[in-house]
Amino acid sequence: MDPTFCVTIEQEWDIVKARQLGRDRARDIGFGTVDQARIATAISELARNIYLYAGSGKICFEVVEEMGQNGLGVRSLDTGPGIKNISQVMEDGYSTSGGLGAGLPGVKRLVDQFDIQSEEGQGTEIRVMKWLRKLR
Amino acid sequence: MRIPILKLHDYLLISIQTEIDDNTAIQFQEDLLDKIHQTGASGVVIDLTSVEIIDSFIAKVLGDVVTMSDLMGAKLVLTGIQPAVAVTLIDLGVHLKDVPTALDLERGLIKLYQELGE
Repeated sequence: MDPTFCVTIEQEWDIVKARQLGRDRARDIGFGTVDQARIATAISELARNIYLYAGSGKICFEVVEEMGQNGLGVRSLDTGPGIKNISQVMEDGYSTSGGLGAGLPGVKRLVDQFDIQSEEGQGTEIRVMKWLRKLR
Repeated sequence: MRIPILKLHDYLLISIQTEIDDNTAIQFQEDLLDKIHQTGASGVVIDLTSVEIIDSFIAKVLGDVVTMSDLMGAKLVLTGIQPAVAVTLIDLGVHLKDVPTALDLERGLIKLYQELGE
């Protein structure tokens, strides 16, 4: 399987496309329905942020295997205006769009790992990971 | 893409069967309010049994349409929210407080009968 795969986000419908593909990937790896919904919802929020704030960008999926653990990585990349104050956007309830999205704190709660890098005027890169839970 | 709205006596019934993008959601909001106005419906049930994902935007549209219908004088009940959707909404921080819900369409209709005292 191709380890990485990207969807370009330029139009509103691309948000749906990205979350459907992410959900399919998650199902293929073996995630249950609740985690599939979490992953798809996180992708939907990330893709909407790209569409709203940067205009265009991409969402990339990566199947990861680390120390015997499988997971799905999702990377959101754009070359938009960037985020001036990252700690501020990571606060619940902060919004510049008038409440169009639940924001990044919501996304963070949906996944296991969340990393954000942003440079003003350069763009934003967010990487999230969801690990497959093993039944012991 | 338009979401069909069915009229049944004094009620409107909607079953969302497709993946909803933002435009479809906004269009649906307008269509539903128009339909309430045209038909004078007193109650509305939106069944979400087939909806696999509700993100913050769709949740906002649904929450708003409940308030909007209420302003117009029609009671709205959301039914059939899937377990995975309920979990995700709470993770996201979307609580949809004050939104009437029921387990399925049947119970949604019973809830409307009761609330409207018919």
